[in-house]
Amino acid sequence: MRRAAASLAAAALAACGWLAFAPIESGSRDEIFAIPKGTWARRMSGDPVEILPSEIRLTVGVRDVLVLENHDDVPQIFGPTLMMPGQTFRLPFAVASSYVFTCTAHASGQLQVIVEPFPATPWARLSWRIREAI
Amino acid sequence: MQGRPRSRSSLRATLLVLCAAAASAADSPQLTAGVFDPPRMAPDFALRGSDGGELVLSRFRGKVVVLGFGFTTCPDVCPTTLATLASAHKKLGERGGEVQVVYVTVDPERDDPERLRNYLKSFDASFVGGTGSANVLEAVRNDYGIAAQRIVRGDSYGFSHSSYTYLIDRAGRLRALMPYGSSADAYVHDLLILLAP
Repeated sequence: MRRAAASLAAAALAACGWLAFAPIESGSRDEIFAIPKGTWARRMSGDPVEILPSEIRLTVGVRDVLVLENHDDVPQIFGPTLMMPGQTFRLPFAVASSYVFTCTAHASGQLQVIVEPFPATPWARLSWRIREAI
Repeated sequence: MQGRPRSRSSLRATLLVLCAAAASAADSPQLTAGVFDPPRMAPDFALRGSDGGELVLSRFRGKVVVLGFGFTTCPDVCPTTLATLASAHKKLGERGGEVQVVYVTVDPERDDPERLRNYLKSFDASFVGGTGSANVLEAVRNDYGIAAQRIVRGDSYGFSHSSYTYLIDRAGRLRALMPYGSSADAYVHDLLILLAP
């Protein structure tokens, strides 16, 4: 029983160590939000389709490019931009800060993009990984 | 027998072209601003210009245009952006002559051409402002996805408005969006890319 508890503690410690010290790598730095085809038609029929959350969190050096894609057949006010059909908008963020954009798609009229600094310390990596997992 | 060497040499040529294109793409500098892909033509407009003439956007073809929206009594966003643009324009030196800042008001009641001229020249004498009827300005804002909401403050009023600027290339295409708070150096970086032949 005691050996099992010790093994469990060792495994938890090893996991925490990995979470804190393993370098953070990201396959793509894009955070993609897309308006699917037919969204306008759904809205016209009374379906309150939400595409963008009112708050988006990004991390410098990991996932720091906001990508908006309009796959619908009509222009859309999408986040801070007017997007034509088939158009993509890529907005890279290099500085950690909180950015507020006017966004008529939200009841608050605002879209907030919170860009966090690169998790450079073990504690920051641990916190970042836990937050990402939740 | 003659076909094979030709096909080999054309294959080599194709590979060279592809490699050159790939290298060029890899080396091409990236804009710091938000980029539209594919870019569309910037919607044209005709407004009353602060220079006393008609302000037609397409008359600036051949220059890179920075297009912003705001109002002359704006307490924070507009002065910050215009001061940044003035600094960037100065840093560009002679190349600044190939860049035109156009500022369209969201407050036609107060911002007539003269008021716009006096306001803009306090930042940079080359900046041009545009005004017009409320309907015309609203149509321009709709074309660019710009929001402007009138906010009453006591016996006065102000506006909550979109704070970013657009970058329009020499061919009149809407290329990028610069978020509020971008530095003068970021503007210079992106404008030099758009000014490159």
